[in-house]
Amino acid sequence: MMKLKILAIGVAVALASMARTQSVVAEDVVIGDIDDLSGTYADVAGTGAVEAVKMAIADFGGSVLGRKIVILVADHQNKPDIGASKFREWADQNGLNMLLGGSNTGVSIAMAKVAAAKKIPLFAIGAGGSSLTNEDCTAYTVHYVYDTTALANGTATTIVQGGGKSWFYLTADYAFGTQLQNAASKVVEANGGKTLGAVRVPLAASDFSSFLLQAQGSGAQVLGLANAGEDFSNSLKAANEFGITKKMKPAALLAFITNIHSLGLQTAQGLYLTTGFYWDLNDDTRAFSKRYFDKTKKEPTMDQAGYYSATMTYLKAVKAVGTTDADKVMSELKKTRINDMFAKGGYIRADGVMVHDMYVMQVKSPQESKYPWDYYKVLKVMKGEEAFGPITGLCPLAPK
Amino acid sequence: MTEIFGIPVAVILGQLMLGLVNGSFYAMLSLGLAVIFGLMGIVNFAHGAFYALGAFAALLGLQWLGINYWAALVLAPLAVGLIGVVVERLFLRHLYKLDPLYGLLMTFGLALVIEGSLHQFFGASGQSYPVPAALSGAVNLGFMILPIYRAWVIAVSVVVCFSTWFVIERTRLGATLRAATENAPLLQAFGVNVPLLVVATYGGGVALAALAGVLSAPVILVSSQMGNSLVIVVFAVVVIGGMGSILGAVVSGLTLGVVEGFTKVIYPEASNIVVFVIMALVLILRPAGLFGKE
Repeated sequence: MMKLKILAIGVAVALASMARTQSVVAEDVVIGDIDDLSGTYADVAGTGAVEAVKMAIADFGGSVLGRKIVILVADHQNKPDIGASKFREWADQNGLNMLLGGSNTGVSIAMAKVAAAKKIPLFAIGAGGSSLTNEDCTAYTVHYVYDTTALANGTATTIVQGGGKSWFYLTADYAFGTQLQNAASKVVEANGGKTLGAVRVPLAASDFSSFLLQAQGSGAQVLGLANAGEDFSNSLKAANEFGITKKMKPAALLAFITNIHSLGLQTAQGLYLTTGFYWDLNDDTRAFSKRYFDKTKKEPTMDQAGYYSATMTYLKAVKAVGTTDADKVMSELKKTRINDMFAKGGYIRADGVMVHDMYVMQVKSPQESKYPWDYYKVLKVMKGEEAFGPITGLCPLAPK
Repeated sequence: MTEIFGIPVAVILGQLMLGLVNGSFYAMLSLGLAVIFGLMGIVNFAHGAFYALGAFAALLGLQWLGINYWAALVLAPLAVGLIGVVVERLFLRHLYKLDPLYGLLMTFGLALVIEGSLHQFFGASGQSYPVPAALSGAVNLGFMILPIYRAWVIAVSVVVCFSTWFVIERTRLGATLRAATENAPLLQAFGVNVPLLVVATYGGGVALAALAGVLSAPVILVSSQMGNSLVIVVFAVVVIGGMGSILGAVVSGLTLGVVEGFTKVIYPEASNIVVFVIMALVLILRPAGLFGKE
């Protein structure tokens, strides 16, 4: 009996480990995705993004250069060391050809170092920090969907020009939050506004009301929410509850459509936000989003759409140069124009920024919303150059 | 404005209030943990998952069956408590004779299963639960705007914590429960149904977690991970209060909520570790916890 039990446990463990490491043959083209699959950002990209990558691979025909395309997925749990070591492991043992980086700038900065060391293209999708194409840039990084500069140029500019001159920030206490706050305050100050203060909030805090009370005490006109994911939703929800949004105008420096969906229009109405993608922009976005919705029962966030587009862009480049050699693929990527449901005339700059149009949106009121997921109205289309700004010169690969 | 140590009094009062709200959740959760540990010797790692289950029960009850908040306040803890009873009968009762480590591993695994299932079925998105109409709105206390719902949380917590303490420390039923922890075979010899007591204890502790879940549903978004960050803090609260001490759990829950609140003003970056720093200090100076008996 005891032997049988041990045997059963052994079989179970073996099965479990088989399920975890998908078998990869040396000739496969291997695409990896390392993202927050279970925490505060899981909703923004997460399993929906994995679905988007699978759609892209299927649309591409499942193979490139006669080699099967496979995908590896891992949860970095918002820990940079886990993200970096998983990346290294795949590079060394699984023949990884390209990595899609999910949410969390801290993790992506750590992974960019691995990308440079292992010479593997890294498409940073979910991470916002613009340092990925400045101080932390590498020859193999592509920052694909959005960055803190574009968010600030969109949302902060709109609000400060609309009269919101004094700001107080609620900032996620890690690389992303501080970079977003700095980008926003730069824009605010350039437009004659000022920063009255900021409070650094630990990631995934369980309660935001204490921090919000401090923001209210500052007397600022604008509450700059330099956080994202579930943290953004919970802080805005609490701001409403405590009546803070009556006196201060909330600025969603980074919000995704799933956040708006969670909060409901009653709470979120009137918010300004900047996004790289919205499902209801045009026929292309609607067609993609409908297929995505059929699989996931949700409209895609800009990250999830970006995962699809980035995978396609990479595979097209591989096909064009006839190899997965990282240097050749990178040089092809930096030559091509990206035209798909995500970007029109997008291009990858020397510093790694994928320059494309960004949209400044305002969240509709419940009365304005006519059908499910009808959440945004477009206030402004920012041309790529305006959104992402000029090359700063901080990245050695791209002198000013 | 009057100031104490450079902080305006209004801010201090405001943070005190918010600290009490958060402390109320800590107190209710750590109370359940303390009861379960004190009477059964089980370190219930699934407590956060039961808390999330309570919130989900309220949410799904509302969405699918139209059960309102007030009914959910009673029904959700009952339903989740029943799940606790099943868990105790199926799994935990086999572990009492073993090292406490087994109970910990068992409940930890259970937490992963529950949270994983919620994640699988309802996704990662948090969902909103509306504040009941009777408790919506806010009152201006002069130094802050306090949402009425938060005041309600404090009130419920105080009532629940006091009643639990009263039942266990001051009633005959409580005396029997405590006797069962001291010497179960002897109590059984007197004709008391000890296994029934134990299963009721676990069900009750779990129901307390679910009640906290229902209470928190209108405050934060309901998601599979909502108990995750909380349960670790709550464990620290129980350790600080003294494992198994009910009074300790309640007092340290409320106190630590307030301490954490002030940390958010003085040095916000440390607000999520201050509880653990205190736990380390308590373990060094008073290993049995502030209210624990050696």
